[in-house]
Amino acid sequence: MSDGMFGPKGTGDTSGYGGLVAKAATAGSSERPYGGYFDEVTDNLERAYPEFSDAIERVVIDRGELTLHIKAKKLVEVAFILRDVLKFEMCMGVSGVHYPEQIGRELHAVYPLLSMTKNQRIRLEVSVADTHPHIPSVVEVWAGNNWHERETFDMFGIIFDGHPGLTRILMPDDWKGHPQRKDYALGGIPVEYKGATTPPPNDRRSYK
Amino acid sequence: MTTFDPYAPSRETTEGKVFSVTGGDWDSLVQEIGATKEERVVVNMGPQHPSTHGVLRLVLELEGETITEVRCGIGYLHTGIEKNIEFRNWTQGTTFVTRMDYLSPLHNETAYCLAVEKLLGITNDVPERASVIRVMMMELNRISSHMVALGTGALELGAMGPMFFAFRDRETVLEIFEMITGLRMNMAYVRPGGVQQDLPDGAYTKIREGVKLMRKNFKDNATLLIGNSIWMKRTQGIGYLDLAGCTTLGITGPVLRSTGMPWDLRKVQPYCGYENYNFDVVTADTCDVYGRFLIRMNELEQSLRIVEQCVDKLEKLHGAPVMVADKKIAWPAQLALGGDGLGNSLDHIREIMGTSMESLIHHFKLVTEGFRVPAGQAYAAIESPRGELGASIVSDGGTRPYRVHFREPSFNNLQATPAMSEGGMVADIVAAVASIDPVMGGVDR
Repeated sequence: MSDGMFGPKGTGDTSGYGGLVAKAATAGSSERPYGGYFDEVTDNLERAYPEFSDAIERVVIDRGELTLHIKAKKLVEVAFILRDVLKFEMCMGVSGVHYPEQIGRELHAVYPLLSMTKNQRIRLEVSVADTHPHIPSVVEVWAGNNWHERETFDMFGIIFDGHPGLTRILMPDDWKGHPQRKDYALGGIPVEYKGATTPPPNDRRSYK
Repeated sequence: MTTFDPYAPSRETTEGKVFSVTGGDWDSLVQEIGATKEERVVVNMGPQHPSTHGVLRLVLELEGETITEVRCGIGYLHTGIEKNIEFRNWTQGTTFVTRMDYLSPLHNETAYCLAVEKLLGITNDVPERASVIRVMMMELNRISSHMVALGTGALELGAMGPMFFAFRDRETVLEIFEMITGLRMNMAYVRPGGVQQDLPDGAYTKIREGVKLMRKNFKDNATLLIGNSIWMKRTQGIGYLDLAGCTTLGITGPVLRSTGMPWDLRKVQPYCGYENYNFDVVTADTCDVYGRFLIRMNELEQSLRIVEQCVDKLEKLHGAPVMVADKKIAWPAQLALGGDGLGNSLDHIREIMGTSMESLIHHFKLVTEGFRVPAGQAYAAIESPRGELGASIVSDGGTRPYRVHFREPSFNNLQATPAMSEGGMVADIVAAVASIDPVMGGVDR
């Protein structure tokens, strides 16, 4: 958008001190036993869902949390089973994450699930390519994800197929670009108010 | 043809006649709407409206006075906090998140810090005194937040008295906050690894007196509203949402507890040592605005109980550390009380400027660059006054957050507005929205 004084360049580490940035490690699958209720959850899911090994790419246990990495096209099937059989009645929304260096799976969608019946939490993660950012919507499974998916679309440009009305929710309807992506600079947007335009901060005289 | 009405100028559009009403007598509006055969009127309520609880825009489709469809328009207070935070270090993150839901800043900070601590792997290293202070501050914050919910909620329904009482009592809490943190809101007091500074002298006495005063004062609003026939008529059976509706919409907090479901993360998934306190989860079984009102009223007393237990614990833990022992994470120095208020610790400045070069380097690195957080992701959820506040945080191993996302209860719960108010009267949507208690700073972030 702009390459003035603000916004990340190069590594994104703008502190100017470290220089070194450890790349986000995409951990491989965890080994069994997972510990806690995680074995029970994965066992139950395998029993209830015969295509488990096909749909679940990885099972990751990290920092006491279970993450199931799921293929995008299987998401809704798995979601229904998680809700109806494993009693994950609540989906705590969806959060997008952009990893530009993971070629072919740049955009991730993360769904924290909560089971009030069993007092358990797990997390689903779906990753798709930037060139084809389509994930099936889970609004028919958890209606409360409606706004969360709109927000993730707004901020990351992930298109949730089957969403009842996928429009921008926080940014104006005619906004260009998806602000939370890593290649979208911070600042540098001219502000229009009642016809007059205030230049972006990095173009203002006092900052030059 | 009517004459020009300065309070309701109109223009023709492809969708029909549009009036921009501002206030005063809408004579021409009433006349023209009365003259048309059209029963359906679309009303745009907000975003600048005194009873929408902030910059919330409600698009109402009305048949007479009955609402047939509601849509919420949000985004008017979008500040890009989640984006900005990626350009500051982990400690500075608290300064951003505290500004999201501005009525419960300490809950935002604590959720954020719990997630960062999970990523750092220091959850169990946070000193007990820091956790107790966090709990105490959060419970005081719950009181001040519920006070605004009750006060403005009543004000929006036309009752002015409760607002005065509520803001008077909120003042008691804010004075305690000001004494402890230096600020009345947006304190950035909870930091990864502990809290910013220890309690000042005289804090125990002030908190005890505050609790005593509030316990006496809370009775004013209770006697004013509970059993008040106008209040009951405006709230009972209004904004109905049952348990099935709550689970499918992901609703938590007082709205969920008003369906009789005793779901409170402080009890079911304790954090910060909530398992060590005696308190009750307040529920109601009416699924309506009145039930949510009663829950908030009764939660005030439960919060006071927890605060009292906190003060007892803190007196026993007096002098214990309030920050993790790991010097690579803990902020190098605490503030000191100078003659003119809070200031830098002179002992610390003497050390880094006069004694130890290594201390100076360490201070400089930690303050300007910040600490590194091992790569990975974590989700920490706490019970904020409005429901489950979840922080999803991703680190790439650097000194800045890679991605911070907040699962805001206000944002999520506002989705229940159509379910609560479609089919009801237009006046009742005000009560329904007030009972959700959305804070637009949290909704839009």
